[in-house]
Amino acid sequence: MTTESLPVPSNTRTPSRAPAPKAQPEVLTGSGAILRSLEMLGVKDVFGIPGGAIMPFYDELMSSTAIRHILTRHEQGAGHAAEGYAASTGKVGVAIATSGPGATNLVTAIADAYMDSVPLLCITGQVFSHLMGTDGFQEVDIVGITMPITKHSFLVTRPEDVPATIAAAYLIASTGRPGPVLVDVTKDTQQNSAPFIWPPKVELPGYRPVTKAHGKQILAAAALLAEAKRPVFYVGGGVIRAEASAELLKLAELTGVPVVTTLMARGAFPDSHPQALGMPGMHGTVPAVLALQESDLIVSLGARFDDRVTGKVSEFAPDAKIVHVDIDPAEISKIRVADVPIVGDAKEVIIDLTSAFADLAAAATAIAAAESATSSRAAGGTASTAPAAGVPELADWWDRLRELKRQYPLGYDEPEDGLLSPQYVIERIGQITGPEGIIASGVGQHQMWAAQFIKYERPNAWLNSGGAGTMGYGVPAAMGAKVANPDRTVWAIDGDGCFQMTNQELATCTINKIPIKVAIINNSSLGMVRQWQTLFYDGRHSFTDLNTGDGTIMIPDFVKMADAYGALGIRVTKKEDVDAAIKLAIETNDRPVVIDFVVSRDAMVWPMVPQGLSNSAVQYAREHAPEWEEE
Amino acid sequence: MSHHVLSLLVEDKPGLLTRVAGLFARRGFNIESLAVGTSEIEGLSRITVVVDVDELPLEQVTKQLNKLVNVIKIVELDQAQSVQREHLLVKVRVDNSTRSHVLEAVNLFRARVVDVSTDALVIEVTGDTGKTNAFLRVVEPYGIKELAQSGLLAIGRGSKSITERVYKN
Repeated sequence: MTTESLPVPSNTRTPSRAPAPKAQPEVLTGSGAILRSLEMLGVKDVFGIPGGAIMPFYDELMSSTAIRHILTRHEQGAGHAAEGYAASTGKVGVAIATSGPGATNLVTAIADAYMDSVPLLCITGQVFSHLMGTDGFQEVDIVGITMPITKHSFLVTRPEDVPATIAAAYLIASTGRPGPVLVDVTKDTQQNSAPFIWPPKVELPGYRPVTKAHGKQILAAAALLAEAKRPVFYVGGGVIRAEASAELLKLAELTGVPVVTTLMARGAFPDSHPQALGMPGMHGTVPAVLALQESDLIVSLGARFDDRVTGKVSEFAPDAKIVHVDIDPAEISKIRVADVPIVGDAKEVIIDLTSAFADLAAAATAIAAAESATSSRAAGGTASTAPAAGVPELADWWDRLRELKRQYPLGYDEPEDGLLSPQYVIERIGQITGPEGIIASGVGQHQMWAAQFIKYERPNAWLNSGGAGTMGYGVPAAMGAKVANPDRTVWAIDGDGCFQMTNQELATCTINKIPIKVAIINNSSLGMVRQWQTLFYDGRHSFTDLNTGDGTIMIPDFVKMADAYGALGIRVTKKEDVDAAIKLAIETNDRPVVIDFVVSRDAMVWPMVPQGLSNSAVQYAREHAPEWEEE
Repeated sequence: MSHHVLSLLVEDKPGLLTRVAGLFARRGFNIESLAVGTSEIEGLSRITVVVDVDELPLEQVTKQLNKLVNVIKIVELDQAQSVQREHLLVKVRVDNSTRSHVLEAVNLFRARVVDVSTDALVIEVTGDTGKTNAFLRVVEPYGIKELAQSGLLAIGRGSKSITERVYKN
């Protein structure tokens, strides 16, 4: 192994460089080159905190008019803000930190982005090259630390390598399966100068994402779809990252197949659509969970058979054939062997699958029409009613699913202690805000309720930490989303536990005029852990009391805290005050708003598939399992 | 479980070995041996790795390795279609009564003595894993004082090379 640091091999058989430009390229410092590269890539907003090893870059950044830098209060906040920015727009989010602890504070956000395939570019300062490896002040091997949680990471030690590295990092973050990329730049690289050449030659011989799927596989998938009696579209976050919602809607309507949207895919398919069954998984709707479980064909679109969706894998959807569509070949057959593996971009695959299915349906209709020329039903058998070949055969399936929907709608009981129902609060936030708003959530009970009781009608409206389950994601992600979408109402629906992990970003919001709305679903505890303690640990509530809610000393006082941060603080304890508070929050746009909804701590997330059990064991409410069809 | 020999063509970058080894470690794949060196193209290295997995996990191994940006090409080399060699240096205890027996084994295995002292021989053996293991079994009774062993090296038979297939354009 050499110590050469270029991300680009100089040895490949490419033609020698293009004709020399007429003018001499401008000479820039490495930090100037970082800035110019970001500008050339169209980056408009970045989040970060300066520190010793990144100061040369910050000195350049100060004079930039093209890029807005938002000074966060913690690097984790910068990371999640960049994630929220990216997840709400599909653009690359950019976070900047200094070496050592600055860089390690980004690690949680990087891991989060890796799990949820968020395009994230992290730029970190590194100590001087000559100090690297000597345990210098604020030296940390961040490239090494982030290797398992980035799509790729770069160390830059020469200013001439800056443009190509930033361009390569941006390319890797935003193409194929998106993900986080880290670029670590030594301080001497930032200070020294080199000619700035743009566009740089980006050569990544080992990076070739496949987007266009194999035609044969598409035909095989279409044939399975045409034959299936109990098919389901299992839609994951990949559909949102691929911006394939419109195409999915077409495919779903053409085929008449029911659609489940995972936690990462809420909004990829409109909840108001009659074919939408809601979210599958541990806290999924009964119709969505059982649709997958009882299906004979699962067409997975940009989903990855996460354990929270499958339950016990060996008992997951035992009768289903699997068509697995993913842009990442490594996801296919990782958990469940696919009968038809399709590597490709969700959008392109869905388009191809739609036309392949339409061709099959048209052919089937034509044959049926020819065969039953005497039948009166043949009159409607034109190509324009193509689904006629597929839809009628799903009638039994839909009868079953409609019955499940009727019998097991999402619902909740009012708490017995007379306190606010958290589900009601969250439901009202969704209803009053409407589908054009953006909801970012923390992790835990409030996250599940926000995924269940808010109806999502469009992609990129629901932001959460799905794979990593990062408490504290909510407030900074909402902040990032609001920066990217200044005209939308952006909520952070947070728990009292989550909120205390990253609420310092309220200062960032107030000072930078980023008027997010924070709804703290304050049940005075680490609610999801408490729920599991109640259910699985004999009600032994070990260290899950946070003393922020009803009947406690309420430390901290979230309203006072909001006030201290220059935000509008509201406390709501009664059901009749919920709507007014939400409306006031939506109308208040000169500062952030924090609503402390003091809710019951006994509310639980239902339905639930207990961990490690088959999805057939889904419980609609405590000790209440729905009946399902025995084989 | 079964052995699979993978030949990886990789970009010669700092930390490359960490990326490959780290991937094996965190995904729970078992590395039996690993050999790294330069390839015929400057800037590219070849890693020969022997993994101990079943068919399906092997597919995961190669897919995950392929996701590493610096990994350019992965080929599985099966035993019939490739030449596979291990290299080992072994220090065997000898005395006047055993030296000739050990030297006989050296000749039988077409191994070589590369260092001689009064009470030990350093022997160099090259061959596939079967041969090197067999040799070690033969000399073990005399006493193995020290053993250094390389990872398996492998290369496909015939005139084609992995690199050609990558850079045919």
